[in-house]
Amino acid sequence: MATIVQKSSTTALTGSPKRWRWPKPGRVLTIAFLTFFALLTLMPFVWVVSTSLRTPAQSFTLPPKWIPVDMDFSNYARVFEEIPFWNQIGNSFVITLSVVAGQLVTAALAGYAFGRLKFPGRNILFWLVLATLMIPGQATIIPVFILISRVFQMNDTLWALIIPGLATAFGTFLLRQYFMGIPDEFEEAALVEGANQWQIFHKIYLPLASPGLAILAVLTFNAKWNDYFTPLIFMNTKERFPITLGIVDLQGYMATGSISVVLAGIVLSTIPVIIIYIVGQRYLVEGLMAGGLKG
Amino acid sequence: MSSSAVEHPVGRRRNPIVQWLAADTMAGIKRQRMLLGYLFIAPTIIGLLIFVIGPMLGSFGLSFHKWNIFRPPEFIGLANFERLFADARVFVSFKNTFVLVVMTVVMLEVLALALALSVYRLANRALSTFYRTAYFLPVLLSGAAVAVTLGYLFNRDFGVINYYLGLLGVPKISWLTSSDVVLIAIAITTVWRNLGFTFIIYLGGLSSMPTEVLEAAEVDGAVGWRKIRSVILPLLSPTILFATVTDIIKMLQFFDEPFIMTRGGPGDSSRTVVMMMYESGFGNLDFGYGSAIALLLFAVIMIVTGVQFYLSRRWVFYG
Repeated sequence: MATIVQKSSTTALTGSPKRWRWPKPGRVLTIAFLTFFALLTLMPFVWVVSTSLRTPAQSFTLPPKWIPVDMDFSNYARVFEEIPFWNQIGNSFVITLSVVAGQLVTAALAGYAFGRLKFPGRNILFWLVLATLMIPGQATIIPVFILISRVFQMNDTLWALIIPGLATAFGTFLLRQYFMGIPDEFEEAALVEGANQWQIFHKIYLPLASPGLAILAVLTFNAKWNDYFTPLIFMNTKERFPITLGIVDLQGYMATGSISVVLAGIVLSTIPVIIIYIVGQRYLVEGLMAGGLKG
Repeated sequence: MSSSAVEHPVGRRRNPIVQWLAADTMAGIKRQRMLLGYLFIAPTIIGLLIFVIGPMLGSFGLSFHKWNIFRPPEFIGLANFERLFADARVFVSFKNTFVLVVMTVVMLEVLALALALSVYRLANRALSTFYRTAYFLPVLLSGAAVAVTLGYLFNRDFGVINYYLGLLGVPKISWLTSSDVVLIAIAITTVWRNLGFTFIIYLGGLSSMPTEVLEAAEVDGAVGWRKIRSVILPLLSPTILFATVTDIIKMLQFFDEPFIMTRGGPGDSSRTVVMMMYESGFGNLDFGYGSAIALLLFAVIMIVTGVQFYLSRRWVFYG
């Protein structure tokens, strides 16, 4: 039913505001198709929020109530009782922001070097970086685990999730493309003005590559914040978990935990990513769309 | 900029290194840029050597050993691989992974392309922004959160999905507890989370198509389906290749969803390759065997990607 209501209202929107005409059948079908899938993607979000606001006893009632009626915030309070939420969300922030900052630094430097500086062995080294892009994380996780736990003795610390993520082949490649796209004239002008090489990089080229830096930051934030596999391997102590592990923890053994509480946890853990997305949206969508052409 | 080396008189150079790097000659600038190049790539190269290239070689070495951390590693030649190719569970996990890859990638590419074509046709700005945002939202969630949420929606008795299917007269389906449909439920879950990403890449490909070509095609009478088939799809083929290759690579590494939703069950019917590797390596502490599974997966990824690029020469059109 909801589909039909939505459909008629949205087609009305696309019609000319002055003279209303019957829309062409092709356009109605397009809008219906798009709206159907928009509903499919949005409905779980609505369900999560409305169920998280329902008393645990009511959480499985059918037919599902899409509009939160109970407005019971006690589930949110219980999230804080059942898992060390502040610890875990804090861990997620520390891990994610450290990795984002680290990747921005290492990838900006390396991307600039590969894109704009000339030195013997540059091409071979760049191919080496590209080759590592093809190695899936799982193919290396066992040796990385041994390295982290035996050699570096960092197992079950946040370092275990930060240090291996600081260098990035993807980010280096992405930023190299940005630096290569900036004309040489800026550098020539800066040299005439008496700028040194570091100033040319730091004051001129780095700001010009900021859209690329923004895309890298948003994508890395999203990937690291949502990472489940790596912390699952490295972390044992609940106080040191990132929030992704905490959420699954809320489910309890054999998923016996209260759904409403789990969903409240999901809502809380998703808010930071949504905020980052709103801030970085422009760069992210444009950047990904531009990425499509390089295929 | 008064400190710049450009203004330094020649006589003020003191030590040979400073002289070698002096910026008042082109050769000096070149040397500076060379040195800076090595300095700038050092953190990335060192990081990748320690945490990607070294471990990759380590995996290779480990796969010829028997090792469980407590006792020293023991060289056993190809025994891990012999065991691997005889292991029925590994075979099942590869089969499950392939089934999941085929289902998710077909659904992803077809749906994302159809949605992108439809949004691209929309003249209304606000409406296309709305759809773009709606489709992209699930990408922001973690695989863990999505698996947990859709796990509830797929519940046999209390799940929303069976409720609505029930209204349409479909009898209750044991989405997560029947080996016949469990992979379908997991595939749908994964498609739900990843659709927006593939969609945005296709929309990007569409938006960057040269408008002159499209207009010329219309003048020549190519409209509707014909225009899509003979003009848009060939122009979009590099993007299709890019999206398909990256999606296949991503899906071959299936882990979060089946691990959280079903733990690989019922039986082994939703166990994926990475889950097998995780259980051998970190569950049974059989690092050698785990590494052998990881290497086999890596080889499969390389082969599948190579075959795709080879076949793409027949259908991808680079303007």
